[in-house]
Amino acid sequence: MHGLLSILIWLPIVAGVLVLLLGDRNVGAGRWLALLGSLATLVLAVPLWSGFDPATSALQFPEKLAWIPRFSAFYALGVDGISMPLIVLTAFMTVPVVIAGWSVIEKRPAQYFAAFLIMEGLMIGVFSATDALLFYFFWEAMLIPMFLIIGIWGGPRRVYATIKFFLYTFLGSVFMLTALIYMYVKGGSYAIADLQALPLTIIEQRWIFVAFFLAFAVKVPMWPVHTWLPDAHVEAPTGGSVILAAIMLKMGGYGFLRFSLPISPDASRELDVLVISLSLIAVVYIGFVALVQQDMKKLIAYSSIAHMGFVTLGAFVIYEIVRRTGSVQGAGMGLDGAMVQMVSHGLISGALFLCVGVLYDRVHSRQIADYGGVVNTMPVFAAFMVLFALANTGLPGTSGFVGEFLVIIASFRASFWYSFLAAVTLVLGAAYTLWLVKRVVFGPVTSPRVAALKDLNGREFVVLGVLALAVLFVGVWPAPLLKVMQPTIHHLVSQAIATKL
Amino acid sequence: MPENLISWSSLSPVTPEICLVVAICAILLIDVFAGDKRAGLTSTLTLIALAVSAALTVRYGQVTERVVLLDGMYVADELAFVLKLAAFLVVAVALLYSRAYLLNRNILRGEYYVLALTALLGIFVLVSANSLLTVYLGVELLALSVYAMVAFDRDSGVAAESAMKYFVLGAIASGALLYGMSLIYGLTGTLDLGQIAVRLNSPTSLGVIMGLVFIVVAVAFKLGAVPFHMWLPDVYEGAPTSVTLFIGTVPKIAYFALALRLLAQGLAGLTGEWTPMLSALAVLTLVVGNVVALVQTNLKRMLAYSTIANVGFIVLGFVAGTADGYAAALYYTLVYVLVALGSFGVILLASRKGFEADKLDDYKGLHQRDPLLAFAMMLFMFSTAGVPPLVGFWAKLRIFQALWETHHLWLVIIAAAMSVVGAYYYLRVIKLMYFDDPEAQIPPAVRSTTGVRLALGLNAAAVLVLGVLPASLLNLCARLIH
Repeated sequence: MHGLLSILIWLPIVAGVLVLLLGDRNVGAGRWLALLGSLATLVLAVPLWSGFDPATSALQFPEKLAWIPRFSAFYALGVDGISMPLIVLTAFMTVPVVIAGWSVIEKRPAQYFAAFLIMEGLMIGVFSATDALLFYFFWEAMLIPMFLIIGIWGGPRRVYATIKFFLYTFLGSVFMLTALIYMYVKGGSYAIADLQALPLTIIEQRWIFVAFFLAFAVKVPMWPVHTWLPDAHVEAPTGGSVILAAIMLKMGGYGFLRFSLPISPDASRELDVLVISLSLIAVVYIGFVALVQQDMKKLIAYSSIAHMGFVTLGAFVIYEIVRRTGSVQGAGMGLDGAMVQMVSHGLISGALFLCVGVLYDRVHSRQIADYGGVVNTMPVFAAFMVLFALANTGLPGTSGFVGEFLVIIASFRASFWYSFLAAVTLVLGAAYTLWLVKRVVFGPVTSPRVAALKDLNGREFVVLGVLALAVLFVGVWPAPLLKVMQPTIHHLVSQAIATKL
Repeated sequence: MPENLISWSSLSPVTPEICLVVAICAILLIDVFAGDKRAGLTSTLTLIALAVSAALTVRYGQVTERVVLLDGMYVADELAFVLKLAAFLVVAVALLYSRAYLLNRNILRGEYYVLALTALLGIFVLVSANSLLTVYLGVELLALSVYAMVAFDRDSGVAAESAMKYFVLGAIASGALLYGMSLIYGLTGTLDLGQIAVRLNSPTSLGVIMGLVFIVVAVAFKLGAVPFHMWLPDVYEGAPTSVTLFIGTVPKIAYFALALRLLAQGLAGLTGEWTPMLSALAVLTLVVGNVVALVQTNLKRMLAYSTIANVGFIVLGFVAGTADGYAAALYYTLVYVLVALGSFGVILLASRKGFEADKLDDYKGLHQRDPLLAFAMMLFMFSTAGVPPLVGFWAKLRIFQALWETHHLWLVIIAAAMSVVGAYYYLRVIKLMYFDDPEAQIPPAVRSTTGVRLALGLNAAAVLVLGVLPASLLNLCARLIH
């Protein structure tokens, strides 16, 4: 289908603008329009998956229109095995966000739904842009709706959190922009494929690597530039947390795979120890930090940082694998793991934040201490929460297992200690997640507020149910996902281990 | 030598100036006879005069190639043509935004409009200057009109003080400019900018450098580059907001032309000498402008420091010292003027009788009181911060690109870091408008007329549309310089 990617980008944006124009007075219609817009986007994402040819690493569904001829910048779109699953994930996760905000958002609801729809379009734009300038355009534009979402509908410290979020990401992004412009001035093209093919000296690669690293490490986020995330997550409304955790964090990982590895392969090889150490610190140290959190959202936020550590670990461990074993296939496994981990974490963290949202809407507290014995009053909810918690710990049969398992096995080929430290997360992750479940869900009913809780309504049940199916599906049968990624990952490995010098 | 007999047809490139002079005389007379009772008449007439002059300029004033007229004093080229049309538009919109404000403060008088038009004439003279004398004439005509405009609200002590400050410091700058010009003239024996460029090609003497330094100082002063920026925040804050709007927008076009005609064309042979001076100025300007803006509580003053910060970027375009750099500076200037027009326009529209709306706190919860104003202001703030999809992003991108082309690694890093610092105070304005609740003591909203609101809406839409589809303006700027 021609122009499918453009439709996926602009349909939600147009729907969002319409919802905005309908205004708060017609919010009933606005809500339905928002749901319809996000559902239509999801339905249109299906042909993207089914029409995708998993046998090639070439860009598919390409579109190219002149945008700024002077800079030879094009409105160029296309997907490969890395970006396609992330686009489908984006389309998939926006629907529950719209439904979750259905009757909960009382303040300026039209703008709330409009912000999420517009953001969906921009995020799909980030994943489908094949022109670096267009990529950056969407990448930065995305900050505006998120800034407003946290700032308008967030908790008590929302202003601090949202400004911190904006400035952190802006700081990283600006340096990425300068690196992109540098390469344009050198090579005369903004097409990502041309940038990947551009010969660069090791000095240039180092600078460019650092500039990209600033942008993507903040977004992932990696220790020590992760501090914006717990604040942003805690203060954001439920929908904001879901999108932030499920999609926006993936952009950092996507950036590493799309830009850092192929554009500066020699610098990546040289500096891989840096990224691996930071990833392992995130996995181990942040795991301990998560253990002591009193706030449910903060705990899940720290758990996100730890899990995203696997993504960066899987992406950069490939150099060590090739050095040690020379096995390109083994290196591919690390990247496979990173990709699956991104998709899986998108589903699980989104679901966990929705669970917290369900509790928060009833009790208006995120403190673990305010809960206890939820299972007695909300048995159905408790079942979902336990499932997602187990998925978060990486239980086999859930999507959480596949990604972590692949990364741990791959890193074992690189070094025993890498895989040992990474595997610590299996213990730590189980500790903080299960302890959370124990304190919140199980035990006797501790307070009258918990005693008065009502179980899931139909709307919430559908949302959590669909997510639960997705988590189980990817966990039990990851083959379709791995299959669409395979040629692209293979191509990426060959780009990443080639030298540009 | 050009012929002594001036034929009318050869004067057609001077159409904008001729129209403007006729309009100034006519409006001055009509205003005297109409008297104070019909003060609105002058404002309407001025807008009509601007529209007619712009139309006549498009019809008769268009030039396809560079023409030098009036004994080499005056140059008409495509750049001047476009800049003049832009100035027509900006002045018209600025006057449109200002009308209710002036009326509420009882300063809606004919002289205000005449001064605005003479300032515009000064801008035109400057934009078309081909001789040091014409440059100076334009600078002074513009400056004198603007000094009077700042002091226009004669009952306001603050305004009088800032006019005085502006005048004294402006006089020093004019002195520096004149002194620098006299040195250059003495050493080259010509006032013609083209001739100067030819004669200053050889290795330079100390005298030429002295003259150059004085000229750079004057240009920096006019632009508001640190350390010659002292007047700018005080004048922006003290002047009536309508005047702040005026001096914050159109003169920037003129001062861009000043820098371009003097440095990039007249003193092109000394590029190697003046680019290091400008790069030092640019770094200081970026740092001081952005850092000091962080702590302001008055929106006009904050925007003044933001202007300084933006001037830093414009100067960076000149630091590149290439045609591409000047094109980037031109683009940045036009974008800045468009956005400044809107942001000061919001202040004007948010103000009421007896309420200036110039404190940052006055903007708390603006979204709930007036969604259009808040939304427009949000676009302007994100644009100045350089966030896509708004036009300010491309302006910054152009500057970065020009700097990379000339291998200015450290300037790129400083400029990038400073644009992050700058983002903070623009975000603060959005935070006040959207995240905070309105304070009780702010007077209830009085909607300005539909026409004015429509103009502001179009202004904001332009910032968005030019941000999504930037190719046309980028191409235009590049073509004008090459």
